Amino acid sequence: MLKQKTLEQTKAAARRNKGGRSAAFYNNPEIRALGYQLLLVLGLGYFFYSVISNVLANMEATGIKTGFGFLTASAGYDVLMSLIPFEATDTYGRIFIVGFLNTILVSVIGIFFATVLGFIFGVAHFSHNWLIRKVAVLYVEIFRNIPLLLQVFFWYFAVLATLPSARQSLSLGEAIFLNVRGLYVPKMVGSDLFWVAEVALAVAIAGIFVLRRWAKRRQALTGQIFPVFYTSIAMVIGLPVAALLLTGLPFTVEYPELRGFNYFGGITIIPELMALAIALSVYTGSFIAEAVRAGVQSIPQGQTEAARSLGLSEKRIMSLIIVPQAMRVIVPLLNSEYQSLVKNSTLAAAIGYPDLFNVFVGTALNQTGQAIETIFMTIVVYFIVNMVISFLMNRLNNAVALVSR
Amino acid sequence: MSAVKSSSGAEDIIVIENLNKWYGNFHVLRDINLRVKKGERIVICGPSGSGKSTTIRCINRLEEFQEGSLVVDGVEMINDVKNIETIRKDVGMVFQHFNLFPHLTILENLTLGPIWVQKKPKAEAEATAMQYLERVKIPDQADKYPGQLSGGQQQRVAIARSLCMNPNIMLFDEPTSALDPEMIKEVLDVMVELAQEGMTMLCVTHEMGFAKKVADRVIFMDAGQIVEENEPNEFFNNPQNERTKLFLSQILNH
Repeated sequence: MLKQKTLEQTKAAARRNKGGRSAAFYNNPEIRALGYQLLLVLGLGYFFYSVISNVLANMEATGIKTGFGFLTASAGYDVLMSLIPFEATDTYGRIFIVGFLNTILVSVIGIFFATVLGFIFGVAHFSHNWLIRKVAVLYVEIFRNIPLLLQVFFWYFAVLATLPSARQSLSLGEAIFLNVRGLYVPKMVGSDLFWVAEVALAVAIAGIFVLRRWAKRRQALTGQIFPVFYTSIAMVIGLPVAALLLTGLPFTVEYPELRGFNYFGGITIIPELMALAIALSVYTGSFIAEAVRAGVQSIPQGQTEAARSLGLSEKRIMSLIIVPQAMRVIVPLLNSEYQSLVKNSTLAAAIGYPDLFNVFVGTALNQTGQAIETIFMTIVVYFIVNMVISFLMNRLNNAVALVSR
Repeated sequence: MSAVKSSSGAEDIIVIENLNKWYGNFHVLRDINLRVKKGERIVICGPSGSGKSTTIRCINRLEEFQEGSLVVDGVEMINDVKNIETIRKDVGMVFQHFNLFPHLTILENLTLGPIWVQKKPKAEAEATAMQYLERVKIPDQADKYPGQLSGGQQQRVAIARSLCMNPNIMLFDEPTSALDPEMIKEVLDVMVELAQEGMTMLCVTHEMGFAKKVADRVIFMDAGQIVEENEPNEFFNNPQNERTKLFLSQILNH
């Protein structure tokens, strides 16, 4: 009886307090929070208003017109490298696309090789071989601990710039040449029936998916395991080669040739691209190696033991138990490494690789003075590229995520 | 295949002779000698660190040993991948922490071995798996993931997973030590049923009720050695070794 009464009293006291009978309105936490937020919004609004109006006034004073009209104006300068035809008389708009494509090119190359290096050295960490293990540790510790800009300079000035001149080029079978001005590789130029080989390659790639489905169904039905991986590789190489042989080798190979002081013909890879791609790959690869190591180490030893006790081979334990579980740790880390790589590719400016940042925020801004427009457009591009990476990696993450509860 | 036939009697399914194991300088197993007959149920007990888990983990090569010999179902355990995999297919194991694969459903946990090791068609593997899930009384959980099950259910799944490989020998490494008291019974019931069907079993456990009920022999280990072994009645009522007496008084009187 006594207990119940006390409870009633406590409840009544709580009701009184909640009603805020005694408190002044400015002591009410909700009203306070609202007030602070209102102040912040007003402050931010005034800040941006004053910045923008200030910039507009200044631009007007120096005679710069705002707007995107400059994009259709002729640029009047050439770029070092372009994936699409470009001349000095082309527009700033086209420069924007050239820079964008160059950024995508170095990012894709960087992401590909960083992933390959990262997985190789990450897995090497678990090797039974002492030397391989130590090499993996050394790789991570060296490249993770040196500033990326320094590494870009290292590859550009200390390695590639010390290569011999064109006349003393290093060559591989008189087909591939490496000198201070770049890497020159032969180019395959197809003639009339070359499309057959291209179709064969497409068929082979599509065939991998068909083969995988077929192998999975056959295993479900009969239990037999088909070597999908090796057959896929054989298909991708074999089918186009067979097509080329059957159509009588319908292509010519264009070899780089020394004319005067340089090589012409074939495909040229400029040292700026090489240095940046190598630096980005090696640097980001060291972080990915750590991510892979973390992923594999996150799996309890009991998983391997349980799989072994079922009689699974070490290879199958890796592909069926370890990798699928490690991926859920690795994928989110990969996401941020890929995004960092794209952003770090702006270090291109330091060695003159014509990426978006360099040709647009660098040269175009300098020549036109359209600071707001060029910087805004460039921000949007990096933002969108990284959102796309995030979107794809989140899809991958959901695919490898774990269900519990 | 370089499998070596055991020279001992045909009915001995496991023959361990003078087995010694070291971790660095630490001598974990000292001269272990153990013969297990087909269909025999053995309970191994002893204080922690006595080497009981290590002993049964040697049987399917989760641990290596440095001296002595081990023959399982006629196949000698030597450093040969073929021999190791042959023995592992023949020996099922249940762990203290279940070790189910969390990224696979219960059904996939059960069919993984049959599909990838025994190369069975999926439908057949699934039918077998469902039979074993019925036996451990959780067929309704087939499509769930391990994280969605209770500890007792997970351990029963783990037993079913081993049984799907149709082993001749089952090893249990403290199967109930990580379970809540009310879940221990449901796991022990499954184990008792298995014992009654004639499975050869080696159980590391402190469940003395289970030992009295099903064991043919109880082995007591201490400091890496087999100190005493006897049939359960004698073992519990008339222990010979001082160390055994002390251990039994400690675990039975509380």
